[in-house]
Amino acid sequence: MVSLYGKTLSELKSIVDAEGLPSFTANQIADWMYHHHAESIDEMTNLSKKNREILAAKYIVGLTKPERVSESADGTKKYLFLVGSNRYIEAAYIPESDRATLCVSSQSGCKMGCLFCMTARQGFQGNLAAGEILNQLRSIPEFTRVTNIVYMGMGEPFDNLENVMKSLEILTSKWGMGWSARRITVSTIGLIPAIKQYIVQTSCHLAISLHTPFDEERRMLMPIQNVYPIADVIAELKKYRFSDHRRLSFEYIMFDGLNDTPRHVKELVRLLNGLTCRINLIRFHPIPNSPLHTSPDERIFQFRDLLTAKGIFTTIRASRGQDIQAACGLLSTKALQEKGRK
Amino acid sequence: MRTWNEISYEIQRVISNTPIAPGAYILKFKKNSTFIAGQALALGISEDIEPRYYSIASGENDDEISILYTEKPDGKFTRILSLLKPGDNLMVSKPFGKFTQLSPFPVFIAAGTGIAPFMSMLLSGKAKGAVVIHGASYPDYFYYSEILLNTLGENYIRCCSRCQPGSFYVGRVTDYIKQWSGLNINRPYYLCGSTEMVVETRDILISRGVPISSINSEIYF
Ligand SMILES: Cc1cc2nc3c(=O)[nH]c(=O)nc-3n(C[C@H](O)[C@H](O)[C@H](O)COP(=O)(O)OP(=O)(O)OC[C@H]3O[C@@H](n4cnc5c(N)ncnc54)[C@H](O)[C@@H]3O)c2cc1C
Ligand code: SF4
Repeated sequence: MVSLYGKTLSELKSIVDAEGLPSFTANQIADWMYHHHAESIDEMTNLSKKNREILAAKYIVGLTKPERVSESADGTKKYLFLVGSNRYIEAAYIPESDRATLCVSSQSGCKMGCLFCMTARQGFQGNLAAGEILNQLRSIPEFTRVTNIVYMGMGEPFDNLENVMKSLEILTSKWGMGWSARRITVSTIGLIPAIKQYIVQTSCHLAISLHTPFDEERRMLMPIQNVYPIADVIAELKKYRFSDHRRLSFEYIMFDGLNDTPRHVKELVRLLNGLTCRINLIRFHPIPNSPLHTSPDERIFQFRDLLTAKGIFTTIRASRGQDIQAACGLLSTKALQEKGRK
Repeated sequence: MRTWNEISYEIQRVISNTPIAPGAYILKFKKNSTFIAGQALALGISEDIEPRYYSIASGENDDEISILYTEKPDGKFTRILSLLKPGDNLMVSKPFGKFTQLSPFPVFIAAGTGIAPFMSMLLSGKAKGAVVIHGASYPDYFYYSEILLNTLGENYIRCCSRCQPGSFYVGRVTDYIKQWSGLNINRPYYLCGSTEMVVETRDILISRGVPISSINSEIYF
C-alpha cells in the first residue's frame, strides 16, 4: 500500500490520472488530508464510493502514531516514531507561553558525522519521505497547537532536499496546510548547492550550524568543513537579502574552552560583517563518552553580551527537556539498542 | 562553464573506465585544472541526476585525473557511470574541498574507496613518513596495494574483515585501531570513508588519548 500523505498536488494529480479518476479528485484528496485532516480514504465523502474503492485498493492515507513519548517536567515532549520496520526518528514538542515549536527530523540517522552529535553515531539509515516528515506534526496530540516548525531534529535536511522541499510545499501551499513561511525554519550545516536552491525556491527562514568561526576548529567538530568551508557558505549567503521576514540565524553550541573566548567573538563579528542575521547560543547537552563539555552559564552570558555589544543580535536558547534525554538522537539510539537486543 | 544543481561544470571525455575488482573501477579523464591532493570534484552524466562527489586519486603532477569508485547496487549514478566507455562525455566540476592540509608523519585510516585522497597525497610526494591503515572486506578491494606495499612496506597495514589469516590483519579497521600497539597520540590522524567508519574510528582514537585537534576526517556522504 502506498501512502497518500505527503504527496504534493502534482503527485496526487498523477495518481488520480493513472487510476482514471477525474483530475479535480486530486484537489479533493489534498483538501481532505491537509485541511480536514482525514485519516482514511473512507472519510473523503465527496469522492464517489466507487472512486474511494479504486483508491483504497492501492493507497492509504498512511499516518503513523508515535511509538513512545517522554514528557519533561518543563512540558517538553519527545516523540519517538517508527519508520519502516526498524528505523526510529524523534520529534520534540516545545511549548512556551506564546508559541509551541515542533522540531522535526528529516532523515533517520545522518551521514554528516558531527563530533558533538548523538545521531551521528547511528550512522545513516535512510531519508524520510515528505509524508514521514509531516507525519511528525500531524500525528502528535498537540498537532493543532503547534505554531512553529523547525527542521533541526535528526539528519541534515539539505541531504534530503527533494523530500524536505516537498514537505515545505505542502506546509505552505493554499491547497496544502496553508502555513506562513515565517513560521518555518530549516537548519543546515552548510551544503552550499542546496542552500542556493532553498533560498531561491522558498521563503522560509534559514539557520546555519556554525559552532566556530575558525577553519581548524570547525573541521574537528564538523567534517563538512572539509567539503564546504564556512567562509564559502557565508560568502554565498552574502549574495542574498535577509530580513525579519526571512530570517537568517546561526546556531552556535557553546563548548567549554573550545569556542567560547573573546577571540571567537572577534572572528565571528568579522565573518558575519554585512549580513543581517542573529546568533543563537546553545548549551551543549552531553552525550555519552564525549570529549566535549558545555561552557559555564557565566561564560555564555559574557559571550552573548560581547556579541550584542558588537551589534549582533544574540539570544541564548533555553535548555528544554534536560530530564528526557534532551540531546537529539539519544532516545532513538536507545530504541535501536533495545530492538537489537530483542 | 554551465551549471547543474548550482554547480559549474565542463564536459570532459572519458579516457578509460577500468574495472579493477568486482564492482570497483578507476575512471580517467584529462586534467584541465590544477588541484591540491585531497580535493574532490563533482561528476555527472546528465543534468537530471544530482552531481556526485569523488576524491581525486591521482597525483598533482599527473596529466590525467583518476577517480576510484565502486558501483552501488541500487546507486542512481554509479550504475550508469560504470557503463561509460572511452570517448563518452562526462560532466566535471572544478576541484574543491579542504581535506588538503597535511602535518608531518600522518596516519591515514581509510575504508574502501576512502583510500583515494591518501593515494593522491602519496603520489604527490606530500606524505613523507606516512602510515596507511586500509580496511576492506576482501583482498581484491585493497586498491593500489602494490604501490603501497612497495613504498610503505611495514607502514602499510591491511585490515580485511572477511579474509583468512595471512598477510592481513583479520578484522575491521576499528578492531585494529582498538588494539594497535603502535598508536602514537602525538601524530596527526586523517580518516576517510563511510560515516560509520569515520565516527567509530574517531571515537576509538579519542578514547585512546588522541586529541580531537589531531583528527581530521573526510566523510563520503
Ligand atoms: C567529498 C566526497 C568524496 C567522495 N569520494 C568518493 C570516491 O572517491 N569514491 C567513491 O566511490 N565514492 C565517493 N563518494 C561518494 C559518492 O559521492 C556517491 O555517494 C557514491 O558513489 C554513490 O552514488 P550513487 O549515485 O551510485 O548512489 P546513490 O543512488 O546516491 O545511493 C545508493 C544507495 O545508498 C544509500 N546511501 C547513499 N549514501 C549513503 C551513505 N553515506 N551511507 C549509507 N547509505 C547511503 C542511498 O540511500 C541509496 O539507497 C564521495 C562523497 C563525498 C561527499
Ligand atoms: S548535527 Fe545534524 S548534520 Fe551533524 S551529524 Fe547531527 S544530525 Fe547530522
